[in-house]
Amino acid sequence: MNLGIGLPTLVADHLAPERDVWLQSENGILGMGPFPYEGDEDPQIINAGKQTVTIVPGGSTFDSATSFAMIRGGHVDLSILGAMQVASNGDLANWSIPGGRTMGIGGAMDLAAGSRRILVLTTHTTKEGEPKLVATCDYPLTASKVVQRVITELGVFDCAGDRFRVVELAPGVTLDEVRAATGAPVEG
Amino acid sequence: MSKKVKANVAEALEGLSDGARVMVGGFGLCGTGAKELTLISNNAGSMGKGLARWLKAGIVRRVICTYVGTNEDLHRAMADGSIEVEIVPQGTFVERMRAAGAGIPGFYTPTGVGTVVAEGKETREFEGRTYVLERALHADFALIRAHQADPFGNVRFYRTARNFAPAMATAARTAIVECDHLVALGAFDPDDVHLPGAFVKRVVHVPEHEDVIEFRTVRPLPEVH
Repeated sequence: MNLGIGLPTLVADHLAPERDVWLQSENGILGMGPFPYEGDEDPQIINAGKQTVTIVPGGSTFDSATSFAMIRGGHVDLSILGAMQVASNGDLANWSIPGGRTMGIGGAMDLAAGSRRILVLTTHTTKEGEPKLVATCDYPLTASKVVQRVITELGVFDCAGDRFRVVELAPGVTLDEVRAATGAPVEG
Repeated sequence: MSKKVKANVAEALEGLSDGARVMVGGFGLCGTGAKELTLISNNAGSMGKGLARWLKAGIVRRVICTYVGTNEDLHRAMADGSIEVEIVPQGTFVERMRAAGAGIPGFYTPTGVGTVVAEGKETREFEGRTYVLERALHADFALIRAHQADPFGNVRFYRTARNFAPAMATAARTAIVECDHLVALGAFDPDDVHLPGAFVKRVVHVPEHEDVIEFRTVRPLPEVH
């Protein structure tokens, strides 16, 4: 499983050890562990976000060609990615905002195109209150029709073509609230 | 001593001249006087360190990279148009170099289909899925850092410092390895060589490195009761 930069990295703190999940970092780690203890950090053991990390027992390190063979070749079961926009048909935009500073593509397009399953973890709206879950992405796409599921602070939603379908609502959240904050039809 | 082993960085970089296409893994800095370079590197520097100094020195005309991120010098050069920048998906970036090094002129990948990356490129369907044609990425030089090297140019890397280095070494006409440790011929078990010496033209031993951590992330030590 690969965790994108930003919100998705928080998932690592909530993985139960008995789940037997192996974290992949596209710069060349399978079996990425938690941040090192203070004083143990090694500048040559970093994740794709360039943060110092550790490698768990059984972990391996490899070159980028092998890493992206793992990703593009369908050997990564799940990627949890951030989003700037995600459309109900599964289109994902998470690398560039028109008119904004282009940060670059990094591994985002390969992860989106190659992972067996794509889950998006994002805030439901932008800081300005604009919906991130939309009918059609108007930001440059990362990949087309790849996202299966979106998790936000309002709930869990599946991409169902011309609409989002509610899998679960967050405690205390109503369907009307979700619809008001979403830029595409939402089926309850 | 093998002819591949050079006494210093200047000697190792001989022939790196104006207009060269240079691939850079994790490598230190070196004043060659060359300019109009095409720099092929994942991040092209950061925090004013590493390759950011090349950008500041005005010796780079073109950059092929995957991520600009916190590289303020590159953002500035992109904004004022002084450097032409091509941004490539990371897996495509490394596979283009791997292909170049393996004698393969191009390949079809699913990455970037339906995005700006595929614009103007040939696409083709295989078993119902669309792929885009990407071409091999060659260079004149590759500057890579290794943990250990022997006089034949056999190389071992350390942890996540390996990243693009093997692909870059194969894709460049002249791969120059800067090693932390120079070991004797025969010191490596043949099974343990990460990059065989055939891909490496020059080796220079640089024992001192300033290793910069971009984001130091730690957890507190567990409390002892």
